[in-house]
Amino acid sequence: MKRVGLIASVLAGLHLLVLLAGFAAPYDPVEQTRTLPFAPPSRLHFVDKDGAFHLRPFVYALTTDPDNFDAYIEDTTLPFPVQLMVAGSTYSVLPGVESRLHLFGVETPARISLLGTDGFGRDVFSRLLHGGRISIGAGLLATLCALLVGLGFGTLAGFFGGRVDSAVMRLADLFMAVPWLYLLFAVRAALPLHLDTRATFLLLVAVLGIVGWARPARLIRGIVLSARERTYVTAARGFGAEAPYLLRRHILPQTLGVVLTQAGLLVPQYILAEVTLSFLGLGVGEPTPSWGAMLGTLQQYSVLTSYWWMFTPAVALVAVAIAYYALTSMVHERMRLVAS
Amino acid sequence: MTLIVRRIASSVVLLFAVSVLSFTVLELAPGDFFAEMQADARIGSQTVDGLRAQYGLTQSPIVRYWQWVRSFVRGDLGFSLAHRAPVSSVIWARAANTLLLTIPAMVVTWCLALPLGIWIARHRNRWIDRVSSGVTSTLVAMPDLLVALLLLLLALRTGLFPTGGMWSPGAEELGYWARLLDLGRHAFLPLLALIATTLPSVVRHVRASVIEAAEAPAVQAARGYGIARSRITSRYVLPLAANPLVSLAGLSIATLLSTSLLIEVVMSWPGLGPLLVEALLAKDVHVVLSASMLASALLVFGNLAADLTLYAVDPRIRV
Repeated sequence: MKRVGLIASVLAGLHLLVLLAGFAAPYDPVEQTRTLPFAPPSRLHFVDKDGAFHLRPFVYALTTDPDNFDAYIEDTTLPFPVQLMVAGSTYSVLPGVESRLHLFGVETPARISLLGTDGFGRDVFSRLLHGGRISIGAGLLATLCALLVGLGFGTLAGFFGGRVDSAVMRLADLFMAVPWLYLLFAVRAALPLHLDTRATFLLLVAVLGIVGWARPARLIRGIVLSARERTYVTAARGFGAEAPYLLRRHILPQTLGVVLTQAGLLVPQYILAEVTLSFLGLGVGEPTPSWGAMLGTLQQYSVLTSYWWMFTPAVALVAVAIAYYALTSMVHERMRLVAS
Repeated sequence: MTLIVRRIASSVVLLFAVSVLSFTVLELAPGDFFAEMQADARIGSQTVDGLRAQYGLTQSPIVRYWQWVRSFVRGDLGFSLAHRAPVSSVIWARAANTLLLTIPAMVVTWCLALPLGIWIARHRNRWIDRVSSGVTSTLVAMPDLLVALLLLLLALRTGLFPTGGMWSPGAEELGYWARLLDLGRHAFLPLLALIATTLPSVVRHVRASVIEAAEAPAVQAARGYGIARSRITSRYVLPLAANPLVSLAGLSIATLLSTSLLIEVVMSWPGLGPLLVEALLAKDVHVVLSASMLASALLVFGNLAADLTLYAVDPRIRV
């Protein structure tokens, strides 16, 4: 029981971090520093060049190595202590509400990039947090979409049966007859390639939702079908209960377990789907960060072999996926215990 | 017999519906193949309109769908605007390359997964089981993309395997065996990625089905008679577990095709994947349509084959 709480709070923390990306990230995700492409993660120092210890960590500014243009050396003349709650680039907390407060930062000209920078000198850590907003947000919204459609169609098919049932199930078969990535591509092909970020994001969510409704619909139909025949439902019907009441009071609560476990499985899958599309250049485009678009730079072999910090979006992705799967299997276990 | 005929007929109807669905979806798309041309100031809008008329893009959707169907049935599979050739001339070679990856991957996956799953099921609740369940659940959570990228990184770092493409430059001049070896070396990495991404979930399913079958009353009775363990596994447990496993094999084709698509793009294997992505970006509608049709056909007939195998293997279905 304790582990459920632990995993749930880790997940909640991750989501909060991503939600407050503007505050938690030291820089604007699209701000470029052309002099620092592919800079390695900043090293936090505690001991300065004279050997004195500082409790507050500090970083040095980076300069290009004169002997080797691909490498950077630290300029140890001046330390730049890491400061908390600093003013920096402007971001919007909510639409209309703007802030300049960042959790941490250093004074210019030094820069603190915990996870290095990408080819344009943009801070990978800031992009990771802001990208998580897009990737996780797309995953959550698309899951909501797919589950709502699945719940609607599944209930319709299971409750009314007969011709409605077979029509809906044939439609579901149709969607399950195409390998999902092909289906995703075909649906994506139907939408304009170059759009502004917000429109692309909403389209992505819609596409993912359209592609994934069939499986939950099938499962929900099965449950509704069996719940409909339970004796207490028949009894309620005998007392004159109408369909809306029956659905709300007796049948839909039965589907809660399946809906929850499906949600837990779909969210990481959809995050992954967004990542895949953006990786291939079919999702959210530059300069807006998303985990897939960030990983897309790894398609260049030189980036793949040289800059390990460009893998961090994948690490974040795996962490989120494992947390979701673990939580789902525990919820599933509990639901089974409750049901039996 | 009627069951088989009915299944085949419904598969064909399903494929037809898939084509209508894909066509409708693509038809909703704004812009077409020639839209990109208009960005070039040197090409007048009359030229573009002329090209549209020449390639029949001005006709009504129903007419164009009918044209595609006719071309598909004739075996041309439509006309690729980007390649200026029937789709069949580009797609078959690519589809063959995809199958060159997916069929061996599937065979190897199942040849590994069956003994592994049975072995793990036998050591149920012991440390082997716990370790393997930890490993497989981590691997299941690993995105295919990451597996492919990591393998690619490994290959680039060690230089043991070539990355990208199917042949080394100048491979045409080599002898038959040398060519085969070259192909094998190029296919190794994508194959490994495919197997690594599909194996964990299949092993988990095999384990679950074997455990479930081993608890069946008939198997417990057989154990009570003192029949040898190996004989119980091969004669009692496996036939019982076959039903879910054969269905799973049919379903796993779908995952395999999707994964293969991604891995082909990442590892630049000239299969259906890169072709589809290119066609998608260029709005080369017929190529997208025919490629998704081929993939769906593979999936549908895979499921059909699974059903027919079940029919042959499982006497409970025949009654």
